[in-house]
Amino acid sequence: MDYERRRDTVAAYVTGELDQCSAQGIRRELDQMIKDPSVKRLVLDLKGMRFMDSSGIGVILGRYRTLSQRGGSVAVKNMNAHVEKIFCLSGMNQIIQII
Amino acid sequence: MRTINQMKLEFSSIPENEGFARVAVSAFAVQLNPTLDVPADIKTAVSEAVTNAIVHGYAEHAGIVTVSARLQGDGWLEITVSDQGKGIANIAQAMQPFFTTQPEKERSGMGFSVMQTFMDDVRVESSPGCGATVRMKKRLENNA
Ligand SMILES: Nc1ncnc2c1ncn2[C@@H]1O[C@H](COP(=O)(O)OP(=O)(O)OP(=O)(O)O)[C@@H](O)[C@H]1O
Ligand SMILES: [Mg+2]
Repeated sequence: MDYERRRDTVAAYVTGELDQCSAQGIRRELDQMIKDPSVKRLVLDLKGMRFMDSSGIGVILGRYRTLSQRGGSVAVKNMNAHVEKIFCLSGMNQIIQII
Repeated sequence: MRTINQMKLEFSSIPENEGFARVAVSAFAVQLNPTLDVPADIKTAVSEAVTNAIVHGYAEHAGIVTVSARLQGDGWLEITVSDQGKGIANIAQAMQPFFTTQPEKERSGMGFSVMQTFMDDVRVESSPGCGATVRMKKRLENNA
């Protein structure tokens, strides 16, 4: 997965499908990107993501937990209407910024 | 109600089949020329039910997942996803938003809620040790 680090922020570009099958690999990659405790913000760019189901909720909330424990945050960018529906259903829109 | 078309898939309970199953069912539904959102709705709901069969039903030992779909003359699509896995003891509890028996695997307990959001009707039949069957219905509006 492509990503950029700028000061305390990591921007990650999720591509392809985020389901139970791919979740484990994506989780591992994201955890690697935010491993450094000076990372305080993760911005997930979902422009290239073609599919997501509830497994994606788990992946996003899991990274949110890690970052909020160190006083940081997670934001999501370029979400399509379908994914936004899943997002709001789970109440994630209340803790994760949509940009 | 008259059946216009039907199909049935049987596959091994491995995660790689989640993508295949949801694409197959949504391609089957597209022949009725549904509105734009429908294929994505079906894909997501099927993905949830198939994932549950694989990660919960067959958590202890692998098995076969069966997915069938039936197009009715009145424009309803019925999708059934079943497994012969461990089954669900308390169905009402399992369907509650945020209820999960696998929090350690970062599951959110939102699978059934997602199915209910994207389909018009979701019913679950199961008993412990005897597998689970999820029956979902969707109205394909463009069907004249
Ligand atoms: N086919 C099945 N066989 C056995 N148990 C099941 C099955 N499907 C669902 N369950 C039970 O119902 C619970 C809720 O399912 P649901 O899909 O809503 O959430 P989840 O799978 O735990 O999490 P998520 O779907 O958000 O990753 C599961 O945790 C599991 O205990
Ligand atoms: Mg689930």
